[in-house]
Amino acid sequence: MMGPRRSAATGPRINRAPSPLVALTLPWISIMLASLVPGWLMIASAPVLPPLGFLFFISWQQLRPGLLPIWAGLPLGLFDDLFSGQPFGSAVLLWSLSAIVLEVIETRLPWRNFVTEWLVAIGLIVAYIVLSLGLVNIAGAAAPLHVIVPQIVISVLSYPLVGLIVAKIDRIRLTPLMVLK
Amino acid sequence: MAPPANRRSGFSRRAQYSTFLSYIAGAIGAVVGLGLVVISIANPGAFSGLRGAAADVTEPAAKATAAGRTVSKTVVNDIAGFFKFGSEHARLERELAEAKVRLVEADAIRAENKRLKQLLDLTRSDEGAIATARLTSSTSGSTRRYATLDAGRDKGLTKGMPIRSKLGLVGRILEVGASTSRVLLITDTESLVPVRRSTDGVPAFAQGNGDGTLRIRLINLGINPLKKGDVMVTSGSGGLYRPGTPMAILTEIVRDGAVARVLSNPSDTDYVMIEKVWTPKPPPPAHENSETFAE
Repeated sequence: MMGPRRSAATGPRINRAPSPLVALTLPWISIMLASLVPGWLMIASAPVLPPLGFLFFISWQQLRPGLLPIWAGLPLGLFDDLFSGQPFGSAVLLWSLSAIVLEVIETRLPWRNFVTEWLVAIGLIVAYIVLSLGLVNIAGAAAPLHVIVPQIVISVLSYPLVGLIVAKIDRIRLTPLMVLK
Repeated sequence: MAPPANRRSGFSRRAQYSTFLSYIAGAIGAVVGLGLVVISIANPGAFSGLRGAAADVTEPAAKATAAGRTVSKTVVNDIAGFFKFGSEHARLERELAEAKVRLVEADAIRAENKRLKQLLDLTRSDEGAIATARLTSSTSGSTRRYATLDAGRDKGLTKGMPIRSKLGLVGRILEVGASTSRVLLITDTESLVPVRRSTDGVPAFAQGNGDGTLRIRLINLGINPLKKGDVMVTSGSGGLYRPGTPMAILTEIVRDGAVARVLSNPSDTDYVMIEKVWTPKPPPPAHENSETFAE
Protein backbone atom coordinates (compact mmCIF):
# COMPACT_ATOMS: atom_id res chain seq x y z
CA MET A 1 0.00 0.00 0.00
CA MET A 2 2.89 2.27 0.88
CA GLY A 3 4.68 1.84 -2.46
CA PRO A 4 2.22 3.33 -4.94
CA ARG A 5 1.33 6.22 -2.64
CA ARG A 6 4.98 7.18 -2.25
CA SER A 7 5.60 7.15 -5.95
CA ALA A 8 2.55 9.37 -6.39
CA ALA A 9 3.79 11.96 -3.90
CA THR A 10 7.30 12.16 -5.33
CA GLY A 11 8.77 11.34 -8.68
CA PRO A 12 7.21 12.07 -12.05
CA ARG A 13 3.46 11.98 -12.47
CA ILE A 14 1.50 12.24 -15.64
CA ASN A 15 2.09 15.71 -17.05
CA ARG A 16 4.10 16.75 -13.93
CA ALA A 17 7.81 16.68 -13.04
CA PRO A 18 9.95 18.04 -10.16
CA SER A 19 11.31 21.50 -10.79
CA PRO A 20 15.03 21.16 -11.58
CA LEU A 21 15.75 24.49 -9.85
CA VAL A 22 14.19 23.35 -6.55
CA ALA A 23 15.74 19.89 -6.87
CA LEU A 24 19.21 21.37 -7.29
CA THR A 25 19.16 24.29 -4.85
CA LEU A 26 17.16 22.95 -1.91
CA PRO A 27 20.05 20.90 -0.38
CA TRP A 28 22.34 23.92 -0.55
CA ILE A 29 19.73 26.27 0.91
CA SER A 30 18.83 23.88 3.73
CA ILE A 31 22.50 23.45 4.73
CA MET A 32 23.05 27.22 4.71
CA LEU A 33 19.95 27.79 6.83
CA ALA A 34 21.15 25.11 9.27
CA SER A 35 24.42 27.03 9.59
CA LEU A 36 22.67 30.33 10.13
CA VAL A 37 19.48 29.83 12.13
CA PRO A 38 20.68 28.00 15.32
CA GLY A 39 22.66 31.10 16.32
CA TRP A 40 19.47 33.11 16.48
CA LEU A 41 17.64 30.72 18.80
CA MET A 42 19.53 31.49 21.99
CA ILE A 43 22.39 33.51 23.41
CA ALA A 44 24.32 30.53 24.70
CA SER A 45 27.02 30.80 27.36
CA ALA A 46 28.40 27.35 26.53
CA PRO A 47 28.56 25.25 23.35
CA VAL A 48 25.20 23.50 23.69
CA LEU A 49 23.77 23.22 20.18
CA PRO A 50 25.17 20.71 17.69
CA PRO A 51 26.99 22.09 14.64
CA LEU A 52 23.77 21.78 12.65
CA GLY A 53 25.22 22.98 9.35
CA PHE A 54 27.72 20.14 9.42
CA LEU A 55 25.08 17.58 10.45
CA PHE A 56 22.88 18.63 7.50
CA PHE A 57 25.91 18.53 5.19
CA ILE A 58 26.79 14.91 5.98
CA SER A 59 23.14 13.88 6.18
CA TRP A 60 22.49 15.09 2.62
CA GLN A 61 25.57 13.26 1.42
CA GLN A 62 24.47 10.03 3.07
CA LEU A 63 20.90 10.28 1.80
CA ARG A 64 21.80 11.24 -1.78
CA PRO A 65 25.41 10.30 -2.54
CA GLY A 66 26.73 12.36 -5.41
CA LEU A 67 24.03 15.03 -5.21
CA LEU A 68 26.46 17.46 -3.62
CA PRO A 69 29.82 17.54 -5.43
CA ILE A 70 32.92 16.73 -3.39
CA TRP A 71 33.98 20.40 -3.55
CA ALA A 72 30.69 21.51 -1.94
CA GLY A 73 32.54 21.87 1.36
CA LEU A 74 34.34 24.93 0.02
CA PRO A 75 31.38 27.29 -0.59
CA LEU A 76 29.17 25.84 2.15
CA GLY A 77 32.02 25.87 4.67
CA LEU A 78 32.80 29.48 3.77
CA PHE A 79 29.21 30.41 4.54
CA ASP A 80 29.29 28.48 7.84
CA ASP A 81 32.53 30.21 8.85
CA LEU A 82 30.89 33.61 8.52
CA PHE A 83 28.55 32.81 11.41
CA SER A 84 30.04 29.93 13.40
CA GLY A 85 32.59 31.81 15.51
CA GLN A 86 35.34 29.35 14.61
CA PRO A 87 38.60 30.68 13.11
CA PHE A 88 37.77 31.58 9.51
CA GLY A 89 38.44 28.64 7.20
CA SER A 90 38.07 25.84 9.73
CA ALA A 91 34.72 24.70 8.30
CA VAL A 92 36.10 24.91 4.75
CA LEU A 93 38.93 22.61 5.75
CA LEU A 94 36.95 20.13 7.85
CA TRP A 95 33.88 19.97 5.61
CA SER A 96 36.05 19.35 2.52
CA LEU A 97 37.96 16.60 4.31
CA SER A 98 34.77 14.95 5.56
CA ALA A 99 33.25 15.09 2.06
CA ILE A 100 36.26 13.19 0.72
CA VAL A 101 36.08 10.66 3.58
CA LEU A 102 32.35 10.14 3.01
CA GLU A 103 32.87 9.68 -0.72
CA VAL A 104 35.59 7.08 -0.14
CA ILE A 105 33.43 5.17 2.39
CA GLU A 106 30.48 5.45 0.04
CA THR A 107 32.32 3.77 -2.84
CA ARG A 108 33.93 1.11 -0.64
CA LEU A 109 30.92 -0.06 1.41
CA PRO A 110 28.92 -2.58 -0.60
CA TRP A 111 25.75 -2.12 1.43
CA ARG A 112 24.34 0.37 3.89
CA ASN A 113 21.76 0.49 6.64
CA PHE A 114 20.68 2.84 9.39
CA VAL A 115 23.26 1.59 11.91
CA THR A 116 26.29 1.74 9.61
CA GLU A 117 25.34 5.23 8.41
CA TRP A 118 24.87 6.41 11.97
CA LEU A 119 28.21 4.89 13.01
CA VAL A 120 30.01 6.59 10.13
CA ALA A 121 28.27 9.86 11.01
CA ILE A 122 29.20 9.47 14.70
CA GLY A 123 32.84 9.06 13.75
CA LEU A 124 32.73 12.16 11.57
CA ILE A 125 30.81 14.25 14.13
CA VAL A 126 33.15 13.40 17.01
CA ALA A 127 36.21 14.05 14.83
CA TYR A 128 34.71 17.33 13.61
CA ILE A 129 33.91 18.71 17.08
CA VAL A 130 37.27 17.64 18.54
CA LEU A 131 39.21 19.06 15.57
CA SER A 132 37.17 22.28 15.75
CA LEU A 133 38.19 22.62 19.39
CA GLY A 134 41.80 21.91 18.37
CA LEU A 135 41.73 24.69 15.75
CA VAL A 136 40.17 27.10 18.25
CA ASN A 137 42.89 26.26 20.76
CA ILE A 138 45.65 26.72 18.19
CA ALA A 139 44.14 30.14 17.49
CA GLY A 140 44.60 31.11 21.13
CA ALA A 141 41.67 29.94 23.23
CA ALA A 142 42.70 27.42 25.87
CA ALA A 143 39.38 25.62 26.15
CA PRO A 144 39.50 22.33 28.05
CA LEU A 145 38.27 19.12 26.43
CA HIS A 146 35.37 18.58 28.85
CA VAL A 147 33.62 21.67 27.45
CA ILE A 148 32.63 19.82 24.26
CA VAL A 149 31.39 16.59 25.88
CA PRO A 150 27.73 17.73 26.15
CA GLN A 151 27.85 19.01 22.59
CA ILE A 152 29.19 15.69 21.28
CA VAL A 153 26.44 13.75 23.08
CA ILE A 154 23.69 16.07 21.82
CA SER A 155 25.08 16.01 18.27
CA VAL A 156 25.35 12.22 18.10
CA LEU A 157 21.84 11.73 19.48
CA SER A 158 20.25 14.39 17.28
CA TYR A 159 21.77 13.06 14.06
CA PRO A 160 18.89 10.64 13.27
CA LEU A 161 16.48 13.55 13.76
CA VAL A 162 18.49 15.62 11.30
CA GLY A 163 18.33 12.66 8.92
CA LEU A 164 14.54 12.65 9.25
CA ILE A 165 14.33 16.38 8.51
CA VAL A 166 16.63 16.00 5.51
CA ALA A 167 14.47 13.12 4.22
CA LYS A 168 11.37 15.34 4.53
CA ILE A 169 13.15 18.15 2.65
CA ASP A 170 14.16 15.60 0.03
CA ARG A 171 10.50 14.72 -0.54
CA ILE A 172 9.68 18.39 -0.99
CA ARG A 173 12.65 18.61 -3.36
CA LEU A 174 11.19 15.92 -5.61
CA THR A 175 7.57 17.02 -5.45
CA PRO A 176 6.29 17.29 -9.03
CA LEU A 177 5.58 21.00 -9.24
CA MET A 178 6.29 21.74 -12.84
CA VAL A 179 3.61 21.18 -15.48
CA LEU A 180 5.05 19.56 -18.59
CA LYS A 181 4.05 21.02 -21.92
CA MET B 1 19.99 -0.47 0.57
CA ALA B 2 22.58 -0.83 -2.16
CA PRO B 3 24.32 2.28 -3.43
CA PRO B 4 23.14 3.47 -6.82
CA ALA B 5 24.95 1.56 -9.55
CA ASN B 6 25.40 4.49 -11.88
CA ARG B 7 28.14 5.97 -9.66
CA ARG B 8 30.56 3.23 -10.68
CA SER B 9 33.01 4.55 -13.24
CA GLY B 10 33.76 1.09 -14.65
CA PHE B 11 35.96 1.05 -17.74
CA SER B 12 34.81 4.40 -19.07
CA ARG B 13 37.84 6.69 -19.28
CA ARG B 14 35.60 9.75 -19.19
CA ALA B 15 33.85 8.63 -16.00
CA GLN B 16 37.18 7.76 -14.37
CA TYR B 17 38.63 11.17 -15.20
CA SER B 18 35.58 13.02 -13.87
CA THR B 19 35.72 11.02 -10.62
CA PHE B 20 39.41 11.80 -10.32
CA LEU B 21 38.85 15.50 -11.01
CA SER B 22 36.07 15.73 -8.43
CA TYR B 23 38.43 14.28 -5.82
CA ILE B 24 41.05 16.85 -6.86
CA ALA B 25 38.44 19.60 -6.46
CA GLY B 26 37.63 18.32 -2.97
CA ALA B 27 41.31 18.29 -2.06
CA ILE B 28 41.67 21.85 -3.37
CA GLY B 29 38.79 22.85 -1.07
CA ALA B 30 40.66 21.36 1.89
CA VAL B 31 43.89 23.17 0.89
CA VAL B 32 42.03 26.49 0.55
CA GLY B 33 40.49 25.88 4.00
CA LEU B 34 43.89 25.19 5.50
CA GLY B 35 45.23 28.40 3.97
CA LEU B 36 42.32 30.42 5.37
CA VAL B 37 42.82 28.89 8.83
CA VAL B 38 46.52 29.78 8.78
CA ILE B 39 45.70 33.36 7.74
CA SER B 40 43.01 33.76 10.39
CA ILE B 41 45.27 32.34 13.11
CA ALA B 42 48.13 34.64 12.09
CA ASN B 43 45.83 37.65 11.83
CA PRO B 44 42.54 37.15 13.73
CA GLY B 45 41.01 40.36 12.35
CA ALA B 46 41.69 39.46 8.71
CA PHE B 47 38.11 38.46 7.92
CA SER B 48 36.28 40.78 10.32
CA GLY B 49 35.00 42.91 7.42
CA LEU B 50 33.49 39.87 5.73
CA ARG B 51 31.91 38.63 8.97
CA GLY B 52 30.58 42.10 9.74
CA ALA B 53 28.99 42.37 6.29
CA ALA B 54 27.38 38.93 6.68
CA ALA B 55 25.99 39.90 10.09
CA ASP B 56 24.68 43.18 8.66
CA VAL B 57 22.87 41.36 5.85
CA THR B 58 21.18 38.83 8.13
CA GLU B 59 20.38 41.39 10.83
CA PRO B 60 16.63 41.90 10.08
CA ALA B 61 15.88 38.18 10.38
CA ALA B 62 18.05 37.84 13.48
CA LYS B 63 16.24 40.80 15.06
CA ALA B 64 12.86 39.23 14.36
CA THR B 65 13.84 35.93 16.00
CA ALA B 66 15.32 37.81 18.96
CA ALA B 67 11.92 39.44 19.52
CA GLY B 68 10.23 36.04 19.24
CA ARG B 69 12.70 34.57 21.72
CA THR B 70 11.77 37.24 24.27
CA VAL B 71 8.04 36.66 23.79
CA SER B 72 8.30 32.89 24.24
CA LYS B 73 10.37 33.38 27.40
CA THR B 74 7.77 35.80 28.79
CA VAL B 75 4.96 33.31 28.16
CA VAL B 76 6.84 30.56 30.02
CA ASN B 77 7.58 32.95 32.89
CA ASP B 78 3.93 34.04 33.06
CA ILE B 79 2.70 30.46 33.38
CA ALA B 80 5.34 29.65 35.99
CA GLY B 81 4.48 32.84 37.86
CA PHE B 82 0.80 31.88 38.09
CA PHE B 83 1.67 28.82 40.18
CA LYS B 84 4.17 30.59 42.44
CA PHE B 85 2.12 33.74 43.00
CA GLY B 86 1.33 33.50 46.73
CA SER B 87 4.75 32.58 48.09
CA GLU B 88 6.39 34.98 45.68
CA HIS B 89 4.20 37.86 46.87
CA ALA B 90 5.05 37.22 50.52
CA ARG B 91 8.76 37.03 49.75
CA LEU B 92 8.66 40.27 47.77
CA GLU B 93 6.90 42.13 50.59
CA ARG B 94 9.55 40.96 53.04
CA GLU B 95 12.33 41.98 50.68
CA LEU B 96 10.73 45.35 50.01
CA ALA B 97 10.70 46.15 53.71
CA GLU B 98 14.39 45.28 53.93
CA ALA B 99 15.18 47.22 50.78
CA LYS B 100 13.53 50.38 52.15
CA VAL B 101 15.88 50.32 55.10
CA ARG B 102 18.84 49.68 52.84
CA LEU B 103 17.81 52.58 50.61
CA VAL B 104 17.96 55.01 53.53
CA GLU B 105 21.37 53.65 54.42
CA ALA B 106 22.50 54.00 50.81
CA ASP B 107 21.37 57.63 50.76
CA ALA B 108 23.46 58.31 53.83
CA ILE B 109 26.47 56.58 52.31
CA ARG B 110 26.08 58.45 49.04
CA ALA B 111 26.04 61.76 50.89
CA GLU B 112 29.12 60.78 52.84
CA ASN B 113 30.82 59.59 49.64
CA LYS B 114 30.10 62.93 47.98
CA ARG B 115 31.55 64.82 50.93
CA LEU B 116 34.69 62.66 50.96
CA LYS B 117 35.14 63.04 47.20
CA GLN B 118 34.87 66.79 47.57
CA LEU B 119 37.59 66.59 50.18
CA LEU B 120 39.80 64.65 47.77
CA ASP B 121 38.86 66.94 44.87
CA LEU B 122 37.57 64.08 42.68
CA THR B 123 34.94 64.69 40.01
CA ARG B 124 32.49 62.04 38.98
CA SER B 125 33.12 60.98 35.38
CA ASP B 126 30.32 60.64 32.84
CA GLU B 127 28.60 57.28 33.29
CA GLY B 128 25.94 57.47 30.63
CA ALA B 129 25.49 54.51 28.32
CA ILE B 130 26.26 55.24 24.67
CA ALA B 131 23.49 53.07 23.31
CA THR B 132 21.01 50.36 24.22
CA ALA B 133 20.83 47.38 21.91
CA ARG B 134 19.80 43.77 21.72
CA LEU B 135 21.91 40.64 21.46
CA THR B 136 20.52 38.99 18.33
CA SER B 137 22.56 35.84 17.88
CA SER B 138 25.42 33.86 19.34
CA THR B 139 27.81 31.12 18.30
CA SER B 140 25.88 28.39 20.10
CA GLY B 141 27.58 25.58 18.21
CA SER B 142 31.19 26.67 18.67
CA THR B 143 33.61 26.57 21.59
CA ARG B 144 34.17 30.30 21.20
CA ARG B 145 31.62 32.54 22.90
CA TYR B 146 30.68 35.39 20.58
CA ALA B 147 27.38 37.20 20.31
CA THR B 148 26.08 39.65 17.75
CA LEU B 149 24.68 43.02 18.75
CA ASP B 150 22.18 44.90 16.57
CA ALA B 151 24.07 48.19 16.80
CA GLY B 152 27.30 49.13 15.10
CA ARG B 153 29.04 52.13 13.61
CA ASP B 154 25.61 53.73 13.06
CA LYS B 155 25.20 54.10 16.84
CA GLY B 156 28.77 55.29 17.34
CA LEU B 157 30.19 52.07 18.75
CA THR B 158 33.89 51.36 18.64
CA LYS B 159 36.11 48.42 19.46
CA GLY B 160 36.65 47.62 23.13
CA MET B 161 33.48 49.14 24.56
CA PRO B 162 32.13 47.17 27.53
CA ILE B 163 28.62 45.74 27.34
CA ARG B 164 26.47 45.31 30.43
CA SER B 165 22.92 44.48 31.32
CA LYS B 166 21.00 45.65 34.38
CA LEU B 167 22.40 42.67 36.28
CA GLY B 168 26.05 42.91 35.38
CA LEU B 169 28.83 42.73 32.83
CA VAL B 170 28.11 40.78 29.63
CA GLY B 171 31.22 41.30 27.50
CA ARG B 172 32.99 43.75 25.26
CA ILE B 173 32.90 44.71 21.59
CA LEU B 174 35.43 42.92 19.42
CA GLU B 175 34.53 43.90 15.86
CA VAL B 176 32.24 46.66 14.63
CA GLY B 177 30.18 46.42 11.45
CA ALA B 178 27.90 48.97 9.81
CA SER B 179 24.79 48.13 11.83
CA THR B 180 25.92 45.13 13.89
CA SER B 181 28.89 44.35 16.07
CA ARG B 182 30.52 41.25 17.44
CA VAL B 183 30.74 40.83 21.20
CA LEU B 184 33.22 38.71 23.12
CA LEU B 185 31.20 37.35 26.04
CA ILE B 186 32.93 37.15 29.44
CA THR B 187 32.50 33.36 29.44
CA ASP B 188 34.87 33.00 26.47
CA THR B 189 38.24 31.48 27.32
CA GLU B 190 40.05 34.48 25.85
CA SER B 191 38.15 37.00 27.97
CA LEU B 192 40.14 38.20 30.97
CA VAL B 193 38.59 40.80 33.29
CA PRO B 194 40.30 42.34 36.32
CA VAL B 195 37.93 42.01 39.29
CA ARG B 196 37.83 42.56 43.03
CA ARG B 197 35.66 41.26 45.83
CA SER B 198 32.78 43.66 46.33
CA THR B 199 33.16 43.79 50.13
CA ASP B 200 36.88 44.34 50.68
CA GLY B 201 38.51 44.57 47.27
CA VAL B 202 40.59 41.36 47.16
CA PRO B 203 42.05 41.64 43.61
CA ALA B 204 41.72 38.82 41.07
CA PHE B 205 41.24 38.01 37.41
CA ALA B 206 38.08 36.47 35.99
CA GLN B 207 38.66 34.25 32.98
CA GLY B 208 36.00 32.37 31.04
CA ASN B 209 35.97 28.60 31.30
CA GLY B 210 34.16 28.09 28.02
CA ASP B 211 31.33 26.14 29.68
CA GLY B 212 29.35 29.09 31.04
CA THR B 213 31.29 29.51 34.28
CA LEU B 214 34.16 31.80 35.20
CA ARG B 215 37.47 30.95 36.77
CA ILE B 216 38.54 33.49 39.40
CA ARG B 217 42.33 33.61 39.83
CA LEU B 218 43.67 35.51 42.79
CA ILE B 219 46.55 37.87 42.11
CA ASN B 220 47.87 37.61 45.63
CA LEU B 221 48.65 33.95 46.28
CA GLY B 222 48.74 32.45 49.74
CA ILE B 223 45.77 31.81 51.95
CA ASN B 224 42.63 31.87 49.84
CA PRO B 225 40.30 34.40 51.50
CA LEU B 226 37.38 33.77 49.13
CA LYS B 227 34.12 32.25 50.33
CA LYS B 228 31.19 30.70 48.57
CA GLY B 229 28.60 33.36 47.73
CA ASP B 230 31.04 36.27 47.48
CA VAL B 231 30.27 38.71 44.68
CA MET B 232 33.05 39.89 42.37
CA VAL B 233 32.83 43.28 40.67
CA THR B 234 35.08 44.76 37.99
CA SER B 235 38.04 46.63 39.44
CA GLY B 236 38.76 48.82 36.43
CA SER B 237 42.49 48.35 36.71
CA GLY B 238 44.12 48.67 33.33
CA GLY B 239 41.10 50.48 31.98
CA LEU B 240 38.42 49.19 29.55
CA TYR B 241 35.87 48.01 32.14
CA ARG B 242 34.35 50.62 34.45
CA PRO B 243 35.06 49.76 38.10
CA GLY B 244 32.20 48.50 40.22
CA THR B 245 30.20 46.65 37.56
CA PRO B 246 28.82 43.46 39.16
CA MET B 247 30.11 40.39 37.43
CA ALA B 248 29.99 36.99 39.14
CA ILE B 249 29.04 35.09 42.26
CA LEU B 250 31.38 32.42 43.60
CA THR B 251 30.00 28.89 43.61
CA GLU B 252 33.01 26.71 44.36
CA ILE B 253 36.32 27.46 46.06
CA VAL B 254 39.50 25.92 44.64
CA ARG B 255 43.10 26.15 45.83
CA ASP B 256 44.18 29.34 44.05
CA GLY B 257 40.82 31.02 43.51
CA ALA B 258 37.28 29.98 42.77
CA VAL B 259 34.77 28.97 40.14
CA ALA B 260 32.03 31.53 39.68
CA ARG B 261 28.63 31.83 38.06
CA VAL B 262 27.99 34.84 35.82
CA LEU B 263 25.44 37.22 37.37
CA SER B 264 24.12 38.46 34.06
CA ASN B 265 23.35 35.29 32.13
CA PRO B 266 23.38 36.40 28.48
CA SER B 267 20.52 34.05 27.61
CA ASP B 268 18.24 35.96 29.99
CA THR B 269 19.33 39.45 29.03
CA ASP B 270 16.94 41.21 26.72
CA TYR B 271 18.51 44.60 26.15
CA VAL B 272 22.10 45.51 26.96
CA MET B 273 23.79 48.85 27.47
CA ILE B 274 26.99 49.80 25.69
CA GLU B 275 29.30 51.94 27.82
CA LYS B 276 32.25 54.11 26.94
CA VAL B 277 35.70 52.58 27.19
CA TRP B 278 36.80 53.42 30.69
CA THR B 279 40.18 55.10 30.98
CA PRO B 280 41.69 55.51 34.42
CA LYS B 281 43.17 58.88 35.25
CA PRO B 282 46.83 59.13 34.23
CA PRO B 283 49.20 59.11 37.20
CA PRO B 284 50.19 62.61 38.37
CA PRO B 285 53.34 63.92 36.64
CA ALA B 286 56.57 63.39 38.52
CA HIS B 287 57.92 66.36 40.49
CA GLU B 288 60.86 68.22 39.07
CA ASN B 289 63.06 67.50 42.04
CA SER B 290 62.58 63.73 41.53
CA GLU B 291 63.97 64.14 38.00
CA THR B 292 67.05 65.85 39.37
CA PHE B 293 67.46 62.92 41.73
CA ALA B 294 67.41 60.55 38.75
CA GLU B 295 70.19 62.46 37.10
